[in-house]
Amino acid sequence: MKVILDQDKCVGSGQCVLVAPEVFDQRDEDGIAVLLDPDPPAGRHAETREAARLCPALAIELADS
Amino acid sequence: MSRIVVVGASAAGLTAAEALRREGYGGRLTLVGDEPHLPYDRPPLSKQVLRGSWTPDRTALRRADHLDGLGARWLLGRTAAGLDAAARTVTLVDGEVLGYDGLVVATGVTPRSLPRGHELAGVHVLRTLDDALALREGLLTAASVVIVGAGFLGSEAAAVATELGADVTLVDPLAAPMIRQLGPLVGDMAARLHTGHGVRVRTRTGVRRLAGEDGRVVGVVLDDGSHVPADLVLVAIGSTPSVGWLTGSGLALGDGVECDELCRAAPGVVAAGDVASWHHPGLGRLRVEHRMNATEQGTAAALTLLGGGRPFAPVPYFWTDQYDVKIQAYGLTGQEATFRVVAGDPAEGRFAGLYGRAGRVVGALGWNMPREARTLRRHVTETTPWPQVMTPAGG
Repeated sequence: MKVILDQDKCVGSGQCVLVAPEVFDQRDEDGIAVLLDPDPPAGRHAETREAARLCPALAIELADS
Repeated sequence: MSRIVVVGASAAGLTAAEALRREGYGGRLTLVGDEPHLPYDRPPLSKQVLRGSWTPDRTALRRADHLDGLGARWLLGRTAAGLDAAARTVTLVDGEVLGYDGLVVATGVTPRSLPRGHELAGVHVLRTLDDALALREGLLTAASVVIVGAGFLGSEAAAVATELGADVTLVDPLAAPMIRQLGPLVGDMAARLHTGHGVRVRTRTGVRRLAGEDGRVVGVVLDDGSHVPADLVLVAIGSTPSVGWLTGSGLALGDGVECDELCRAAPGVVAAGDVASWHHPGLGRLRVEHRMNATEQGTAAALTLLGGGRPFAPVPYFWTDQYDVKIQAYGLTGQEATFRVVAGDPAEGRFAGLYGRAGRVVGALGWNMPREARTLRRHVTETTPWPQVMTPAGG
């Protein structure tokens, strides 16, 4: 799985960090999401998909790697 | 279940359709949307689209190939006219009748209008993509703008109109912008934010009427009789659930489609998004007009329709961006709660705080402190006792 994060779309809601804290974090100054792991292991695929589904700004895209 | 109809093809309806397929529903799926566009996202309309930093196509909720993959029949530019919940049929304005085993109601809300004056050129509302493009075109040539209503939408539009160079007056009968949603302390901060950017904030003042000449708006007459000139007026005084088509259907209609904890409105009927009023297990009857809720409730309603639903108990979440300020809020943050700053400093334009009511934390907010707001969210989910978070060691 490859995770693509569009920081320009991100609104800083932090929903991704709530469900997948090993894959996403937020910048301190403006809350924009940052990618900790662009290629998460299989055990984290479910929570990464959940993060992409929940993102209110549709800023997370997933691709098969 | 072999025939599911989703009425409403925006965020809630689309999410419900996706959840149905994800959960293995393989039957017929029909989406009805009264706008001609494929599903698009509304929050950018009053921000990036209005400002012109995004072209309209960036608001698409999904790429066309993804939508094809849903295997659904799309009836766009088609409006539902009626529901017969006993016969399980939806009738469209053009006469087509859609039978269903399962129905998702996700028809959203309609902007409220002033009693008179909307026929004047230069008077706008903002709900749809077409509304946003028309408003943007108007703002590009407008010199003086009056925004009626200082809720989220009006406040966001005031910020963009100011950035585009217009002279803006923001009018509201309440004491401060967004006070109903965020309470007086944050509302006062918002008033100062807008005033600092040159907006004339006229609070505690209603609008008596719109003034027109030769079919064009020329200003707004306020309750005190004063006249504010305007060549563009945005009316942003809230919305009402789009339930006209459900009159006589047998569904309970109060403030929206009334549902139980599982988002069920009737046998085989669920509702989701702005239009749905449901019984939140922890918070009582709620109707939430926020983007995040459309996604979460669309999913919850779909699971209920397939028989695997659970009580829908989200922590409501919303955000708003105005000028260089990002506000994030969780839970209940209205004026019935008490707000206290627990991090940062309002004087420095960065703070986070909690809302308390009846001895418990019910909400959290960050003003240019999104990370802290997210951290404070746990007090909302845990309904931490209010005195505990108000002691220095408890933050």
